Amino acid sequence: MTPVGPEPAAPIDRQQMDVDIACVGFGPAMGGFLTTLSRSLLNPDGSPRLESSCLPGTPLQVICYERADGLGFGVSGAVTRGRGIRRSFPDLDLAQIPMATPVKQEKLVYLLDPTGASNRSFALRAADKLIRALGSLFRFREDALELPLIPSFLQKHDGFVMSLGQFNQWVGEQLTSSGMLQIWPGTPVSAPLIEDRAVKGIRLADQGAALDGTPQDGFLPGMDIRAALTVVGDGPVGAVGRGIDAHFGLPAGHEHSEWALGMKMVIELREDSGLETGTVLHTFGFPEPEIFGFLYVHPDRLASVGIFIPSWFRSPVRTAYRYLQHFVLHPYLWRHLQGGTLKSWGAKSLQESGRRGEPFLVGDGYARIGEGSGSTNVLSGSGVDEAWTTGAQLAEAVVQLLEKKLPFTRQNLEETYVRRRRASWVDSESRVAADSRNGFPHGLLSGLFGMALAGFTGGRVVIPPPSSRKKGASLEERFGARIPPAELQKLKDEAAERSLPLHDQIMSRCGWPEIPFDGKLLVSQQDALLTGGSVQAPPDYANHVAFLRPDVCRNCEPKLCVEMCSGQAITRGESGVPQFDREKCIFCGACLWNCRADEAGEPANIDFRAGAGGLHSALN
Amino acid sequence: MSNGYHIVVCGSVVPDPLQTLEPIETPAGPALKNEMLLPAVLDPWAAHALYEAANLAAHAAGSKVWLVSLGARAKLRQVMMTIAQKVSFELVPIDGPASGFIDAHATAALLAEAIQSITGLDRSRLLLFGGWESASRGAGVTMQLIGERLGILDQFQGVDQLTMQPDGAFEILERIEGGRHQVSLCQGPPALFGWATGNLPEPRNNPQIGMANMRAIMPALQRAKTVAPAPDALRYRSASPPKQQRQTRIVKNLSAEEIAREIVAWIEKA
Repeated sequence: MTPVGPEPAAPIDRQQMDVDIACVGFGPAMGGFLTTLSRSLLNPDGSPRLESSCLPGTPLQVICYERADGLGFGVSGAVTRGRGIRRSFPDLDLAQIPMATPVKQEKLVYLLDPTGASNRSFALRAADKLIRALGSLFRFREDALELPLIPSFLQKHDGFVMSLGQFNQWVGEQLTSSGMLQIWPGTPVSAPLIEDRAVKGIRLADQGAALDGTPQDGFLPGMDIRAALTVVGDGPVGAVGRGIDAHFGLPAGHEHSEWALGMKMVIELREDSGLETGTVLHTFGFPEPEIFGFLYVHPDRLASVGIFIPSWFRSPVRTAYRYLQHFVLHPYLWRHLQGGTLKSWGAKSLQESGRRGEPFLVGDGYARIGEGSGSTNVLSGSGVDEAWTTGAQLAEAVVQLLEKKLPFTRQNLEETYVRRRRASWVDSESRVAADSRNGFPHGLLSGLFGMALAGFTGGRVVIPPPSSRKKGASLEERFGARIPPAELQKLKDEAAERSLPLHDQIMSRCGWPEIPFDGKLLVSQQDALLTGGSVQAPPDYANHVAFLRPDVCRNCEPKLCVEMCSGQAITRGESGVPQFDREKCIFCGACLWNCRADEAGEPANIDFRAGAGGLHSALN
Repeated sequence: MSNGYHIVVCGSVVPDPLQTLEPIETPAGPALKNEMLLPAVLDPWAAHALYEAANLAAHAAGSKVWLVSLGARAKLRQVMMTIAQKVSFELVPIDGPASGFIDAHATAALLAEAIQSITGLDRSRLLLFGGWESASRGAGVTMQLIGERLGILDQFQGVDQLTMQPDGAFEILERIEGGRHQVSLCQGPPALFGWATGNLPEPRNNPQIGMANMRAIMPALQRAKTVAPAPDALRYRSASPPKQQRQTRIVKNLSAEEIAREIVAWIEKA
């Protein structure tokens, strides 16, 4: 049995438990899987419909492990059309799900730059001037242009707004109330168990380990959970999904090249904010042209406000937090948000390669669902419903195989799960979206043009993919025209000396105004961690972020892992090797895809392992 | 003791202490804003009691642990997912309100009734455990009131340590003023222990314990009796958060001298 992942040097005697189906990660995909499966577990008379093979005479033994400390600690400000979710819940009553509400109005808004600090191309500046000059002819106000139309592929007007945390919690309650399934949060899974090219189960993370993984007093080796089927829904940075990818590789031509970091706040609005429940705003153009934003209004005066920093944003200064604050301060939004209170905060990485990043969906003994399986649609900006649907499709396939008493082989899963998925709207829409974002590495206008081209031609005409997907320009490339070399060097030296990221100094130097902290909504990043995210790091687990080859890190500049870290958990460290403080880590996983080692043709130098803790807010 | 103990732990759910709590007025009296949206945990004081109970049971063959818990069914279910992998116990759930605004007398009456209804519970082996205090902002008297209702005369509060003696008696360390402990001897069950923090770390997750526990916990939750506290038991004139609020700042590697200087400066400013 080969665990794919970190393993202590000496062999360890591990306990073992057998179940029928072992599931990893509880998000919308797993919600869809377990909801659909749970409805087939019993006959109308209450007797087991599907019998366990590992514990004969009992119902199917299904167990799900989730890394986070609660089922509701997922992060996503979600607006979704909810096609798959509604199929699972035909009588869905949104009033039963806290923070959920139908979409009442939806706007697509181009935000101009009121600060003059945004890094805009000549063409974009010219367009901005034109919009300002002819503003009275358009719906131009508060430095923003409300577009008269939203492309059909982007529309969510028939959908609903929700908090993914509250939705997950609600789904979890439905599932566990049946007593037929077991879901265990706070239980990280360190690796898949692979034997003879088949996945045989999963290994839970060791407990009682020092930060470097060394066993301490009371060491409890992670248990091996053996299962006929392992369902992998641990998202884009999960240890099991990545372990399977590392072992089996990706299908030819597929790569995980496009990512984004989504960061959001949940804000309690002032009473006269002027925002109606169910309002949905999609924005682009500010704080940088490459950064998209959103605002969704929930019931009870709560709003989710956030931005996405894409991997094609090549600035080495890519702090999402400060950009998020500038986004909130944009006059078009600030008129509504001023006087609000930060209730929650969080961030997560999004795998935005979509279909081009799809892994092998099935193999002997395993199946992939959700975002980690490439289900996110990057054209429609939708992932939750797609993830849910892939889970539901797998459950239907699993029931079919169990009823026919067929094993969970690659071929059987291909003929049931993959066939369903390929025949569904998830797959057909993902084909349209596959190359829709190819234009963005060339600039905002070409990116928007590329999206429109793909969207309106059904993906038949697209901009060719860029030849290079370099992660970050050097500081000199990006800021050389705005900051003299000597001054830039001085800023770098100061940051290195004080072990601080560079972004604040660089942004301030480029003209970004200082944030007027008010202690309520505009707070320091560390206050957001504590009061918004309530971040936790339980003892007993090894560090989940490791820098594998110190020399590679020492010579890497700029250190994007430091600049991009959502919680400031990674700092420059002494001698230039980054330092990790897990008490600040929110498991966004941005360090993983911002490691630049692969640009030099080396394997990634950051290992993002299974770990416990992170965000403790259920409002996200 | 050859047959072991019957240890009943009383413990309810509270909002995760990391959340910001805001009291509001409702037609039914004071409540916490959006309490059902907040993640819940087992009351930390009761959690210590549960871990001590499990430890004692592990060292006294034939013992059994029950957890009697009053709370909204959905929240109880959620909390069981986080504690049921840690220690073995049988859940006795009561579906009802569990906020700190509920009268301790009404809560004690419900819990005492639930304890008396436990099938097979042997009073001569009964040890009643609970939290000395509660993170639910309760009055901290519920355990005493349960003891009174059950006629348990030997009661110990602020317990940090319980040691079995060879003759079956217990040596108990109770917290008293000045950071010291009072040492008591108790002949044995029945007795009541309101735990302070104890000495045990939080047990690690054990999937086999979780799987075994959950097979009984989920049906018990489905069968949980829904109750309402006695009407008009307690009325509040107003509720407000404490005026002195905690201000948290994380600074690492600060010397003791620097910390002291900062505290002195803060006191002088105040």
